[in-house]
Amino acid sequence: MSKCKSQANGQDLQTSYPIQEAVTVVKSNQSINGEYRKLILDAPTEILNCQPGQFFHLLCPLETIDQPYLRRPMSIYGYYPQKRELHFLYKVTGEGTRTLAGLNPNDKLNVLGPLGVGFHIENNCQNLLLLARGVGLATLAPLALEAKRLGRNLTAICSARSEDVLMSVDYFRNLGAQVITVTDSQNTSNIENIKLIIEQLIADGKVDAMYTCGSNRFLKLLQDIGQQHNISGEIALEQQMACGVGMCQCCVRSFNKKHGITHERVCREGPVFKISEAMAW
Amino acid sequence: MVNLVTKIGDIILKNPIMPASGTFSEDLADVFDLDCLGAHVTKTITTEKRGGNATPRVCEVRGSMLNSIGIPSKGIDHFIKNTIPIYKKYNAPLVVSISAHNADDFAKICEKISVPGVAAIEVNISCPNIEEGGKAFAMRPSSTFKVMSKLRQATDLPLWAKLTPNTGETTEVAIAAEQGGADALVVSNTLLSMAIDIKTRKPKLGNLMGGLSGPSLKPIALRMTYQCAKSVKIPIIGCGGISTVEDIIEYLLAGATAVQIGTATFINPTIMQTLIAQLEQYLVAEKINNVSELVGAVLDEDAADAVVFMEAAL
Repeated sequence: MSKCKSQANGQDLQTSYPIQEAVTVVKSNQSINGEYRKLILDAPTEILNCQPGQFFHLLCPLETIDQPYLRRPMSIYGYYPQKRELHFLYKVTGEGTRTLAGLNPNDKLNVLGPLGVGFHIENNCQNLLLLARGVGLATLAPLALEAKRLGRNLTAICSARSEDVLMSVDYFRNLGAQVITVTDSQNTSNIENIKLIIEQLIADGKVDAMYTCGSNRFLKLLQDIGQQHNISGEIALEQQMACGVGMCQCCVRSFNKKHGITHERVCREGPVFKISEAMAW
Repeated sequence: MVNLVTKIGDIILKNPIMPASGTFSEDLADVFDLDCLGAHVTKTITTEKRGGNATPRVCEVRGSMLNSIGIPSKGIDHFIKNTIPIYKKYNAPLVVSISAHNADDFAKICEKISVPGVAAIEVNISCPNIEEGGKAFAMRPSSTFKVMSKLRQATDLPLWAKLTPNTGETTEVAIAAEQGGADALVVSNTLLSMAIDIKTRKPKLGNLMGGLSGPSLKPIALRMTYQCAKSVKIPIIGCGGISTVEDIIEYLLAGATAVQIGTATFINPTIMQTLIAQLEQYLVAEKINNVSELVGAVLDEDAADAVVFMEAAL
């Protein structure tokens, strides 16, 4: 009677809708330093055809006193179709991430995705600069992997409160990136210093495109530098979300486009946007 | 074989399950086959372009959510040119939700949206977010009758009036909508609500207040569905907090001919197709041939004498 193709029943997965709801199994969920945890899921390969910068919408478990109602958007830290693995890096900041931290190996986790539009690496950009702080570096990790695959040169400026919570430094180094670390404790993470570092990199011919994530300070800095040196770039933005697919219009942000200021959905038109069009908040 | 076919006036739905306005868009076609739905109901559009409310536009409360999206709209011209054609490839009837600030503007957009491809018009006379202070036509019988009468003259298409729980006069408003020319009632929109972040001491919504939706709203909208079904002859489309097939059956028993699924889609985007399959399974298991046999089948006779639809004291 019903001609519905039911994903939920596991039928017709081969019909291959670009966005899928899938039940994954936790392989590991461990603390990697004082602040961050890494969640590794065993996931069906159908959902692992991802682009760097995309995200998944996670249905947090309700087995604790915490009862997060809506899904939680989380950027992808890594996707490995051959290993059937999907990786996330997160910091426990509220109800949703607290429930994620309680996941044990073999627990199930319902994920929806991959969602959104990811980063672009233009053919004529040989030298890429990544700039991010804290968990924002997780979002840039798949981009670094893709850049390596495409044979591009990478420089990563990694910022953190202190050296012990610096993220992804080894990850970037193993991909052959030049890694520059800046921290609050060493008084090197201020915007003026980062600006000097980037301008030196530009002078050395090491920046054809710039990528960052989440931060208002970094957005403004890269907008200034981009305008001054005519270097384009992209930023992955965050916004509170409900549906994650585009229906609810919850996650809009303002963008400065040629024909005026527009509202775009971070979940659908983003989460990756042009640095020149994003607006500081 | 069981029959899920449902009629709302002259409109035939292949099953009684459709999305609630504001929780559905063509984007969902990336997740499942939209033609499995009984109908498609689009997000409310207005004549003019609207940006919508300040963020945060959504916050969660235990087991439910509040929203104050504020009806961002690209305007009716954009909708007719770009959105209606997208739905032409589907067999499911297209129901377009409209709103406006006053009755005359409402009638104008109603006339303008009466174009080929539109099967029915859902008139959002109940959004708690579009007018100042959460005012809406459907809070009073007099304003409901006035706006519905103008809308009735503006189109020959079926008019579905979407009611509000933000009223103490549910039955009177339902009767006023019917007398004003509504062909069906959608019961109901969200309930005006508020939440405060105790750390920042700021309201959790950018717009201060917003509409409650999700499972907590269900008993309220179900009560209204029952009240409306007892008061009018036109069909009722139940809407509010449905997330399981049991919820759907409850609404049908209360008197709804069809149902709308809203917030549950945000949690499980494939839930509508799952519910359609589960409703069919339920009918088979219960040996019910036609889904219409459930409509209004609540056994309330014993209680009927004692029923008091809470009324205001004079």
